[in-house]
Amino acid sequence: MSEAQDNGNGAVPSPRGGTGEVIDVRRGMFGAKEGGDTSGYGGLVRTVRLPGASGRPYGGWFDEVADELEGALEEQGLVPEEVIEKTVVDRGEITFHIARDHLPVVARVLRDDPALRFEMCTGVSGVHFPGESGRELHAVYHLRSITHNRLIRLEVSVPDGDPHIPSIVSVYPANDWHEREAYDFFGIVFDGHPALTRIMMPDDWQGFPQRKDYPLGGIPVEYKGAQIPAPDQRRSYS
Amino acid sequence: MSTSHASPHATDPTASQASARETTEGTVYTVTGGDWDEVATAAARGDDEKIIVNMGPQHPSTHGVLRLILEIDGETVTEARCGIGYLHTGIEKNLEYRTWTQGTTFVTRMDYLTPFFNETAYCLAVERLLGIEDQVPDRASVIRVMMMELNRISSHLVAIATGGMELGATTVMIYGFRDRELVLDLFELITGLRMNHAYIRPGGLAQDLPAGAVDQVREFVKKMRKNLPEYDKLCTGNPVFKARLQDVGYLDLSGCMALGATGPILRSTGLPHDLRKAQPYCGYETYDFDVPTDTTCDSYGRFLIRLEEMRQSLRIVEQCLDRLEPGPVMVGDKKIAWPAQLALGPDGLGNSLDHIRNIMGTSMEALIHHFKLVTEGFRVPPGQAYAAVESAKGELGVHVVSDGGTRPFRVHFRDPSFTNLQSMAAMCEGGQVADVIVAVASIDPVMGGVDR
Repeated sequence: MSEAQDNGNGAVPSPRGGTGEVIDVRRGMFGAKEGGDTSGYGGLVRTVRLPGASGRPYGGWFDEVADELEGALEEQGLVPEEVIEKTVVDRGEITFHIARDHLPVVARVLRDDPALRFEMCTGVSGVHFPGESGRELHAVYHLRSITHNRLIRLEVSVPDGDPHIPSIVSVYPANDWHEREAYDFFGIVFDGHPALTRIMMPDDWQGFPQRKDYPLGGIPVEYKGAQIPAPDQRRSYS
Repeated sequence: MSTSHASPHATDPTASQASARETTEGTVYTVTGGDWDEVATAAARGDDEKIIVNMGPQHPSTHGVLRLILEIDGETVTEARCGIGYLHTGIEKNLEYRTWTQGTTFVTRMDYLTPFFNETAYCLAVERLLGIEDQVPDRASVIRVMMMELNRISSHLVAIATGGMELGATTVMIYGFRDRELVLDLFELITGLRMNHAYIRPGGLAQDLPAGAVDQVREFVKKMRKNLPEYDKLCTGNPVFKARLQDVGYLDLSGCMALGATGPILRSTGLPHDLRKAQPYCGYETYDFDVPTDTTCDSYGRFLIRLEEMRQSLRIVEQCLDRLEPGPVMVGDKKIAWPAQLALGPDGLGNSLDHIRNIMGTSMEALIHHFKLVTEGFRVPPGQAYAAVESAKGELGVHVVSDGGTRPFRVHFRDPSFTNLQSMAAMCEGGQVADVIVAVASIDPVMGGVDR
C-alpha cells in the first residue's frame, strides 16, 4: 500500500496522522523477499506507523487518571515526565508508555492510590516489533479498576539486546503465570519474578516461538492435485 | 491417582508392578495400578514422611490434560502446583498467518466449551480497530447475545456435569450432558456445527438464523425451564453433595483480587462484578437480568451461582427472541463484509450456487470483491485494542495489534481459565487430596483455553 493509494476513495484505511511511532517500512506488495519482484508492485513503499502521542485534554476520565497518576508519582519523589514516556489515546483507550525502571512503582501507585485503585491486572501480553530498533519488545499490561469501572493500558518497551523488565508479581500476584508466558514466548526477562521458567513450551525448548523471526513451520499439503504451501510460505500482502 | 513419579519420561506402560529407582530427588516409583500395596510399604520404609504425587496429565478427574503436582503428607496436601502446556497448539502464532476473518476459525477452538465468547471477544476487538463498532447491525448483536447466553448454559452444564462425575455422582453427569445436547442441537441448527463454529465474524455473523430456529430456541427454553429444577432436587439440598462442596476450595475477595480470579469464583465472594453490567457490550445494558452472588467463597457457592446464571441466561435468551427484527446480519461496508451467501449443499455448508451464479454471470464488481476479500482479506488500520467479554468462566480479554495489514500482527487471549487456574494452589494447600478434585472442578478450567 503506497501513500498514493491512501487518498483514494477510502478504499484503504489511512494511518491516522503522520506523527506516529514508525515500526516498520514495507516494500513491494506480495511479501517477496528473495529474488526480483516481477509483479510490478516492487516499487511500493509503505511506512507502518502506530498511533502517536496525544496531547491534553485526553477526554472523559482519562484526564482524571492522568492527573492523579502524575500527582501520585510526584508524591513518590519522581518526575512524571521521566516515568511516563508518552500517553496515547486511540480508539477510546488510553495507553501510558512507562519507562521500564519505574514500572513497579507505577503499578503500586495505580493499585494503592484510592483515586486510581486499579485492583486487577489482566496479565501481560508481549508484542515483537523487529523493525523498531531499540524498542523491539513490548510488554502490554491491562489494568482494571472495579471501584471506578475503568480500564487502562501500560506499555513498556525494551531493546532485543537487553530484554529485562522488572516483575510486578509482588504488586499483582495474578501476573505470575502471565509473565512466565511472556518470557516463554518472547524471551522478555522479568527481573524479580519468583520462578521465571517456561510455562507452555518444554523446559529445554530453544528459542522464543512468538517472536516474528521464529518460523511458524508446517509442510506443503496436496489438495486436489495441487500443492498448497505451508501457511508461512503462502503469498502475503505486505 | 495412577502415577507417582518425578519424570513422565520414565513411565513404562508394560510394567504391571511398581518399579522404583533412585534419583537425586529421592526414590521415584512408577505406578500403573493394582500395585498400591507395594508403594505403600516402600513409602512406609522410607524415612521421609512427604510424598510427591503427579496427578495427570492423563487423569479422569483433572479436567483434561492438566498435571497437578501435589506434595502430600498423609492425606493432607502441603503444596500444590499446576503443570500446564500439554495442550499448547500455538493458536496465537497461527493467527498471525491468516486473514482477520479466518481468525475466528482459530479462536473458536481455544476454550472449546465457550466458542461464542471467544469469537465475540475477538470480533469486538477487530471491530474496534476498524472503527465499525456502531455499524454492526442490531440483529447481529441480538443473535450474538443469544448465542453467548445459550453457550453460557452449555458451559455451566458441563462444569456441573463433570464436577459431579469427579465426585462419583454420575447421575448429575448424565443430566448435564443430556441438557447440553439440547443446546448443541441448537448450535448445529444455527451454525451447522456442534463445536468450533466460526459463526461470529468481524462485522457481524456468517449467516442469518435458518428457518424454524426461533421456534426451536423457544421450545428449548421451555424444556430447560422444566429441567433446571432437577439439578436443585438432585444436588442443592443433597447432604452428601453439600458435605463434599461446602467450605472446599475457599478463596475470599482479597485472594480473588490478588490472583485476578473472575467469573463465578469472584462472584462467590459476594462481589457482583460482571462485565455485562460493568462494561456492557453487544447491547447488554438493554437486557433485564440479575447477577447472582453468594458469600460462601467456596465450591458450593460457585455451584449455586452457575445454576442461577443458567436461569438468568434463559431470561436473556427469551428477551433476544422477542426483539429479533428482520434485517441484515453483516455491516453494509462491502470492503469488510464477507460476500458469501451460504447454503447447504450435498457436501455440506458452502457458497450458495445462486450467489455464485449471480456474481459470476451478472456482477463483475461483486466477483472482484469476492475474490479480493477471500484471497487477500481486508486491511485494518494500525493500532491496538482490548476487548473483554464476560465469558462463562470470567473475564475473557483479547488484545489485538494491527500493523495495517491483512493479517493480525499479534493477538493475545487473556483466557479466564488460565488466570483462574493459578488460584488452585491457594484453594488446595492445607486441604485433603480428595478436596483438590472438588476445588479444581469449581474453577472449571478448560485446558484448550489455558494452553491455547
